[in-house]
Amino acid sequence: MTGTLEGRDEAQIIASILAGDSQQFHQLIRPYERSVYAMALSMLKNAADAEDVAQEAFLKAFRNLGSFRADSKFSTWLVSITLNEARSRLRRNQAAKIESLDIPSEEQGHVSPTLLRDWREVPSEILERQEVRLLLQEAVLALPEIYREVFLLREVEEMSVKEAAEALGVSDASVKVRLHRARIMLQKKLAPELKKASSQKRRWLPWL
Amino acid sequence: MVIDCKHVWDHISGYLDGTLEASVLEQVQKHLEHCEICSAILDSTRNILILTADERVFELPLGFSDRLHARLEAEIRGITPE
Repeated sequence: MTGTLEGRDEAQIIASILAGDSQQFHQLIRPYERSVYAMALSMLKNAADAEDVAQEAFLKAFRNLGSFRADSKFSTWLVSITLNEARSRLRRNQAAKIESLDIPSEEQGHVSPTLLRDWREVPSEILERQEVRLLLQEAVLALPEIYREVFLLREVEEMSVKEAAEALGVSDASVKVRLHRARIMLQKKLAPELKKASSQKRRWLPWL
Repeated sequence: MVIDCKHVWDHISGYLDGTLEASVLEQVQKHLEHCEICSAILDSTRNILILTADERVFELPLGFSDRLHARLEAEIRGITPE
């Protein structure tokens, strides 16, 4: 995560909030807005619910700030709160629906990538196209939950294996296995689609 | 030892994270030198990870920050957390 405050500054801000300067909470959380929202979106899969859950998570973080222990990172703690909020929202939403069937067991079989012979690097400029951003977002959101969580924490939130394991309450080994599968699943789904998308760009905009 | 493609796929994640044991890394690298399929799988996976991690993929909705801070302002003013 870029733009976060140094651990020490963060600890000072937290101390002054706990001492009564609650306005500083605004400053404390600014660097984490996107990561909390992305986490909530990846769980809820809809922008309105995700925004609501993100707000609730920040409020909960404020109310429980006194129970934050400096031996974990503030960002990890915040993500754990977000995960809990998202999960309880999902439970409430699903109370009337049939339980989701997309949760595979840890032992689920081999995941194979898409076989290709050549890969032409797709540059980041392609993300200027909204349909490509959506393509990527939807592919991540379509991952089974246990893979999606790990993928978000490691690739989008840039957490270490240890931090992700702590936030999810699973072992380091599980994080590694799940991350591997998530990456291969995304390669399988996205490699052909990105290939198509980038060749379309060349066809439509030959001057680029 | 020579390893086949399927074994190489099992190590793609470790390869990208730089966490493979030296002996495994050597086997994978040897395989990649002559296998264009595995090389393309590796390159495409790396490429896809860079793209999905880009900030633009999970962008905040317009006005998200304003709404968040307005709500915080309304709910936390004058309160000290526990």
